[in-house]
Amino acid sequence: MIEADGLTKVFPGEAKGTTVTAVDNLALSVEEGEVFGFLGPNGAGKTTTVRMLCALIGPTAGRAAINGYTVGQNDQAIRASVGILTESPGMYDRLSAERNLLIFARLYGVPDPAGQARKYLQLFGLWERRGDPAGSFSKGMRQKLAIARAMLHEPRVLFLDEPTSGLDPEAARLVRDAIEQLKGEGRTIFLCTHNLDEADRLCDRIAIFKTRLVTVDTPAALRRRLFGRQVVFHLGRVDGALAETVRALPFVQEVKALDTKLVVRLDEPDTQNPAIVRALVAAGADVQFVGELRRSLEDVYLQLIQTAP
Amino acid sequence: MNTTRIRTIVEKEWAEVFKNRLVIVTVAALPLLFAFLPLVVLGTTAGTMSSAGDVTDLPPSFLKACGALPPFECMQVYILNQFLVLYMMMPLIIPTSIAAYSIVGEKTTRSLEPLLATPITTEELLIAKGLAAALPAIAATWGSFLLFALLAPLVGATAGVSAAIFSPTWLTAVFLIGPLMAVLSVNFAVMVSSRVTDPRAAEQIAGVLVVPLMALIFGQIAGLFVINFTLMLSVAVVLAVIDAGAIYLGAQVFQREAILTKWK
Ligand SMILES: Nc1ncnc2c1ncn2[C@@H]1O[C@H](COP(=O)(O)OP(=O)(O)O)[C@@H](O)[C@H]1O
Ligand SMILES: [Mg+2]
Repeated sequence: MIEADGLTKVFPGEAKGTTVTAVDNLALSVEEGEVFGFLGPNGAGKTTTVRMLCALIGPTAGRAAINGYTVGQNDQAIRASVGILTESPGMYDRLSAERNLLIFARLYGVPDPAGQARKYLQLFGLWERRGDPAGSFSKGMRQKLAIARAMLHEPRVLFLDEPTSGLDPEAARLVRDAIEQLKGEGRTIFLCTHNLDEADRLCDRIAIFKTRLVTVDTPAALRRRLFGRQVVFHLGRVDGALAETVRALPFVQEVKALDTKLVVRLDEPDTQNPAIVRALVAAGADVQFVGELRRSLEDVYLQLIQTAP
Repeated sequence: MNTTRIRTIVEKEWAEVFKNRLVIVTVAALPLLFAFLPLVVLGTTAGTMSSAGDVTDLPPSFLKACGALPPFECMQVYILNQFLVLYMMMPLIIPTSIAAYSIVGEKTTRSLEPLLATPITTEELLIAKGLAAALPAIAATWGSFLLFALLAPLVGATAGVSAAIFSPTWLTAVFLIGPLMAVLSVNFAVMVSSRVTDPRAAEQIAGVLVVPLMALIFGQIAGLFVINFTLMLSVAVVLAVIDAGAIYLGAQVFQREAILTKWK
């Protein structure tokens, strides 16, 4: 759905003769129906990347194709076939929410502008407020309205540039729920964010990006790659012998005893946990509860970003 | 060229811009002022000047241009010609006020990017913004002129003076130069809007366009030239050439990438 190869954007710098490389040699491939997280700190080049992929600005080098259309060759077709939530929603504040949507529905050549506007106003719970000026909306509502605006022409690919940045947690949740709804419809979503939790929650795969692509993987694999997987066994009582029993198993990489818990590092909890449970029970332990210790993605992210050149 | 998209933007501009009081005042008050000012002048001069005592103060070249017109009416035509310049100024002032709000306004609210992300071409967007600013200005100018021209006989304009008002000189100025001025104004406003972040600043900078027109007023007062059909036709031709250049430059500035990365 989205393919990029060697994608590069160089801007003229503030001082004469200098340049700023915002995006350097980016290669990525996003599958149909995938929610793809594009995670990077401020100034990483996320917005620049989205602008290039949506045919708003031209790449300095490299190529990209969206929905089979090549950037630089079928720009109008790209713009007609993607939806974009730009970094700032840019509503017409003096006009009603519905009027805002109708304008864009007509610009996108939607056959039934009023019907589409109604569909998305209802989907995002804004129908009751459709007659109010967009300027009177809360930040979260404006953001949902902006996402609705990007959906009117039913794009198969949706770009969301930091949809929850600057929102309070409540509003951010509303917006995230809205994205979740769209995800359920099988659309390809390219989600720029610097919110790890959000990427973790919504995305099938995450690219960590800072001018260059640092890595791409599923959220779970990203965690595992850096830390392995850790399973916590809650036992009524822990002693050195129990820890030794587990450590003796061939696939166990590391065992730590923490008051009434054993934290075990291993590769495949799905198949290896039962063997550990059997061994523990045989050794007389009371297994109360088994769970995976989820390392926060933030740890992974910070480590990757800090070691990136 | 997609007319639905152009019409959508024009309607949107009007819906938005005419919610701004300052713009309404400019678009509505100026034409009324410019219609009634010459009427007042006509009415007062018709009442007081029975003899043509100071006609000799007129530039000789103008007196000659009056031909068979009685000296007193010649005087009135001379005075009204100063207002003719105001009619050429109106389509220059009104569009800058609308265009400045519609372009700088969108720039500051960052609503241009979602617009540029749609399939609209930058030509369509520029034409739409241009029409949204130029059409009300042209309508206001024409309406103002017709109001003045039709009411003139009621405040004492003689048949000779009315004929001067409906002469090719006036009609060229109002109906040909007017729209050409509006086109120049819009494109100039686009260029200025790309550089400033305050609509009022854009409006004021674009205001320098009226300077050459002031020269026309003072030129006539100084007797440097006479406002006649030939002069108006020459102005129209020169303006058409300048317009072509302004449209080209406006379109150069109004490019997707430039708007998103260079406009400050
Ligand atoms: N129009 C521009 N001119 C010059 N530099 C720019 C321009 N746009 C972005 N940049 C620079 O490119 C880098 C990436 O910016 P951006 O894509 O906005 O990052 P992000 O969206 O990840 O915060 C930044 O260093 C920024 O200063
Ligand atoms: Mg950004």
